[in-house]
Amino acid sequence: MEFLLNNLLSWIIWFPLIGILIILFTDRKHESFIKWISLITILIDTILSIYLLANFDFSKTGFQFVEKRRWVEFINSYYFLGVDGISILFVPLSTLTTLLCILISWDSIKELVKEFYLALLFTNIAMVGTFCALDLVIFYLFWEAILIPMYLIIGIWGGPRRIYSTIKFFLYTFFGSVFMLIGIIYLYMKFGTFDYTMLVNQKYPFLVESLLFLGFAIAFAIKVPMWPVHTWLPDAHTEAPTAGSVILAGILIKLGGYGFIRFALPMFPQAALYFSKLMLVLSVIAIIYAGLVCLVEDDLKRLIAYSSVSHMGFVTLGIFSFNPIAMKGAILQMINHGIVTGALFMCVGIVYDRTHSRSISYYGGLATSMPIYAAFFMVFTLASIGLPGTNGFIGEFLILLGTFLSNKTMVVFGALGVIIGAAYMLWLYQRVFFQELNPNVAKMPPLKINELVALILPTILVFWIGLYPNLFLNFMTTSVQNLLMNLK
Amino acid sequence: MVEKHFELITHFDIYVFLIPFLPLIASVITLIFGKKYFRDKAHLLPILALFFSFLLSIKVLIEVINGKIYHFDVYSWMFAYDLKVGLGFLVDPLSAAMITMVTCVSFLIHVYSVGYMGGDPGYYRFFAYISLFTFFMLMLVLSNNLAQLYLGWEGVGLCSYFLIGYWYKKKSASDAGKKAFIVNRIGDFGFALGIFLAFYFLGTLYYNEIFPKLPEISNKYMGVLGYEVHVPFLIAFLLFCGAMGKSAQFPLHVWLPDAMEGPTPVSALIHAATMVTAGVFMVCRLNPLFELSNAMMFIVAMIGAFTCFMSATIAPTQFDIKRVIAYSTLSQLGYMFMACGVGAFIAGMFHLLTHAYFKALLFLGAGSVIHLLHHAPDPNDIRIMGGLKKYMPITFWTLLIASLSISGIPGFAGFFSKDEILAQAFFSKYPWGKFIWFIGWVVAAMTAFYTFRIIFRAFYGEFKGWEYIHGKPHESPRVMTIPLIFLAIGSIVAGWIGIPKALGGRNHIEEFLAPVLGHPRIVHEVSHSTEYLLIALSILAGLFGIFLAWLVYIKKPELETFFSKKVKPLYTFLFRKWYFDELYHYTVVIPTLWISRKIVVAITDNTIIEGIVNGSARLVNITGKGLRVLHTGIINHYSTFILIGIIVYLLVYLYLK
Amino acid sequence: MPSLEQYIILAIILFLIGLFGFLTRRNLIVILISIEIMLNGLIVLFAAISHFTKDISGYIVVFFIIAMAAAEAAIGLSLVVLIYKRLRTVYSDEITTFKG
Repeated sequence: MEFLLNNLLSWIIWFPLIGILIILFTDRKHESFIKWISLITILIDTILSIYLLANFDFSKTGFQFVEKRRWVEFINSYYFLGVDGISILFVPLSTLTTLLCILISWDSIKELVKEFYLALLFTNIAMVGTFCALDLVIFYLFWEAILIPMYLIIGIWGGPRRIYSTIKFFLYTFFGSVFMLIGIIYLYMKFGTFDYTMLVNQKYPFLVESLLFLGFAIAFAIKVPMWPVHTWLPDAHTEAPTAGSVILAGILIKLGGYGFIRFALPMFPQAALYFSKLMLVLSVIAIIYAGLVCLVEDDLKRLIAYSSVSHMGFVTLGIFSFNPIAMKGAILQMINHGIVTGALFMCVGIVYDRTHSRSISYYGGLATSMPIYAAFFMVFTLASIGLPGTNGFIGEFLILLGTFLSNKTMVVFGALGVIIGAAYMLWLYQRVFFQELNPNVAKMPPLKINELVALILPTILVFWIGLYPNLFLNFMTTSVQNLLMNLK
Repeated sequence: MVEKHFELITHFDIYVFLIPFLPLIASVITLIFGKKYFRDKAHLLPILALFFSFLLSIKVLIEVINGKIYHFDVYSWMFAYDLKVGLGFLVDPLSAAMITMVTCVSFLIHVYSVGYMGGDPGYYRFFAYISLFTFFMLMLVLSNNLAQLYLGWEGVGLCSYFLIGYWYKKKSASDAGKKAFIVNRIGDFGFALGIFLAFYFLGTLYYNEIFPKLPEISNKYMGVLGYEVHVPFLIAFLLFCGAMGKSAQFPLHVWLPDAMEGPTPVSALIHAATMVTAGVFMVCRLNPLFELSNAMMFIVAMIGAFTCFMSATIAPTQFDIKRVIAYSTLSQLGYMFMACGVGAFIAGMFHLLTHAYFKALLFLGAGSVIHLLHHAPDPNDIRIMGGLKKYMPITFWTLLIASLSISGIPGFAGFFSKDEILAQAFFSKYPWGKFIWFIGWVVAAMTAFYTFRIIFRAFYGEFKGWEYIHGKPHESPRVMTIPLIFLAIGSIVAGWIGIPKALGGRNHIEEFLAPVLGHPRIVHEVSHSTEYLLIALSILAGLFGIFLAWLVYIKKPELETFFSKKVKPLYTFLFRKWYFDELYHYTVVIPTLWISRKIVVAITDNTIIEGIVNGSARLVNITGKGLRVLHTGIINHYSTFILIGIIVYLLVYLYLK
Repeated sequence: MPSLEQYIILAIILFLIGLFGFLTRRNLIVILISIEIMLNGLIVLFAAISHFTKDISGYIVVFFIIAMAAAEAAIGLSLVVLIYKRLRTVYSDEITTFKG
């Protein structure tokens, strides 16, 4: 037990490697075996990550479960891992999302099954690693490592325009990351270390700090995505297979927000303050702009993709308000969004598997042929528009209230997103589920057990976080306070 | 805020907790298991739950009458640094009165729905939703802080959405539900900003902490867009935006008439007695805040007055019985806000309570007739009704009682509450009181007119819907008529708690609600003679309206088309509901969609941003193609390049030296 | 005996002639010959310098160049033969398989 606890993070990160190895040596035709192995592997990984949560000490302010090992001493880079109140919730989110992806792809991926599950497991490793990394090289490594399996997932198992989308996704995000790399290298040249805990306390002349901030910010802004660098997202989300979209929307996007909170803000506080106005404006634009696009979209997945942009606008709004309430709301909203939008993409995937159409005009009256599914979709719709009682409300409320305390005008515009959100989601629901039964969807196979389980888990979380969020908010209290104290 | 730990829980806490949670549990169970296991018995659990909630509410009411005021938190809902919000309950005269009314009316409507909705395929869904609605409404009323108010607020909006769009296969129904939710959301946008602003200035969202702090901000001003704005005004105004949405006041009134797409019991419960009254409740609950700003009181009164008048002009032109009653609701809500706007909060609440009974009765009675005609293409149309007096006596008499009540005929509940409003308005310390009184008085006559128009069209004359029914028209089943009778009793008796002193009564309700809503804001002691004069005037107005209706619809039917022919433009304007729907459609909906389609999607997204992204890719492509020209494959060219390279290198090297 | 400058001028002229031919001529074999001329020029240069500075390092370089020239000529000619066998031409402007 001690061994497990001391290296828990490494266990969580690398455990899927066992699954990968087993699958690698399995013959390609044993598809069922492959799926079960990956399911069990990720299930154990999820349990480990919940165990991580259970052993988190709320009172400590620094990093916990820290591991530091020699890696490349020549450039003073260590294998340095650790979690604090800000990053800890993302670890179970990652593993849980991968679990849901495996469940949802059970029957929908038919070719190259072995490679697909390998890619999924590998993605999981990279995602968890990114959230735990405290050494800039390790962080960058994991950050980029996610791109490769995602590139493959979208490019091989995706929709008709997958090649264009995946290359766009890869190059766009990579382009941003390069600026971050320049920043990282500069920091090393200046201070001789990649250690995050030491770099946080450094001071820089303002110009340098601004440039460094911008370098990191470009990478994170593209990942979030903020307006105007958001255009890779709709294509990537629409063309990706269901599992790809869920991971993209569920986790990948959060890396951007997490990056801001973990790196850009604490390491370059003056610059962050200087650019905060700009970031707030871009966030508000994202909220409203993306919302307006959603109003007129006909492609189901593209609509939800743009709604992601809108929701992440709320998150960045909360982050750059530098208010503790809003910051807590932003982190929670990232978790919420991962659950809700992931679930929405799963819903779309369920229906797409049956009809192979993403066009909203193809559907109608689905509530008659698939009532249970309609109920689940309604839950996630309500969570997406922030109905009190669901998790979406808590996040939005905290963000808007907190931001209001620092910057009233931004909130007035941001709150308009609440109206637009309700408008497009309810209109979507009406066109797809209500009204006359469209003959295209008259005969629909019922929900399978794996789809049902994949939908029940997020539903439970939606209401749990919505009604008792303190359990989740408490993780962040000390860390966020710490972060903002240093910012002043 | 009193945190309750388990050891200290008393019976009273549990009772209060159960009042909203019994319907919630019933709703969830019915929703999950209703389709398979309950089927057509799905009404059992909700009705049981509502009945017990009603009994518990009575118990709570009795305790409150005996002086108990109580508030406690069940648990901490959100906690983030300075923000502490819990789910908790506040039991005082205002909430006790509301929960009694809500549970009573909800229970009766549940019973009624057994008959009305019998045979509908989504039977279990209906009961689950109206129970869920009752839960949210009770949470709204019992809340002890603004955030929970918002939870109940949105929750009732959600259930309204489900219930309006209950027959979801009909496009008009789904549209109506969506419209209701979105218009409400627009109001909630203001409401949320109001909550934020309140937190910003007062640091808390709990009522019992806000009220003591109000004097601190009574003179504060805040800069908005260059103007100095009075802070209490701004907070109250933003919160009132939510009230305008929820209570369907101008300019956010457009969803209520469309909401008639829902089944009639829904209209009765949600759009007469409960949800739409939430706005009035909120203003009354926060009356200390509203009274800090005279400007705000003025706005409340004027908006109420305008809505009151406007809907009263539209109601006489409509042929759909439910729409008439819907506009009637709008108008009566206007009365309630007018009352609030002159400081007569108690009168407003009194009218809210009496209105719940006679309006629900009006809807359910109309539902009775609609139920009879449900095979018709438009069963709501009064033009196919007529002469039902002899076929549906119970419906007739109960509806008559409701109509007399709403017209303000003495002895009936509406008389007392409406009169209270008019009297308070006339004697109000606020300068616009007399104008409000005038509007109220004029509309009283109009109210009587259009209400009795319905009575006379539907129950007198000749029945015109023979082709739509089997055999003769018949009375509705007992499960529907018994609630009608109870509501009718309520429409009479509910007024007796507020018999004014001028007529010899003790005005119990004023005594009861005064601790929360304050005493009447009147100028100075009223002279009884003026009061009697006012009473006489309002009775006259009511009688005049009834007389006019009798004249047009019974005595000289040819007068009916008189107005529509002689003043056609005005008639069309009223018939088309003052063209608000069209206005909003063309100024809001179309431009938003146009901007979204043409500008946002086509221009910025696809052309500009994608242009840059794809353009950079194309740039690389073109550069590559350009540079490709140099690769000729001919060795001589390659050697020339090597030579040039060497020379350049040498030159650079020499230069750097 | 001519002076050092004259030898150097000779060497440069030889080199330039070879360079010119290398860059300009179409026939692969003539290109190879031009390379030889260039190398020749170098040989003259190093030999002359070595002679006039009495330093034998120059002569050693000469040997290297001769050996290298021989090897390079051998390989070059075999490649030309192969190219001819494949593409049936020895003119460089007709050999564009590496175009683009």
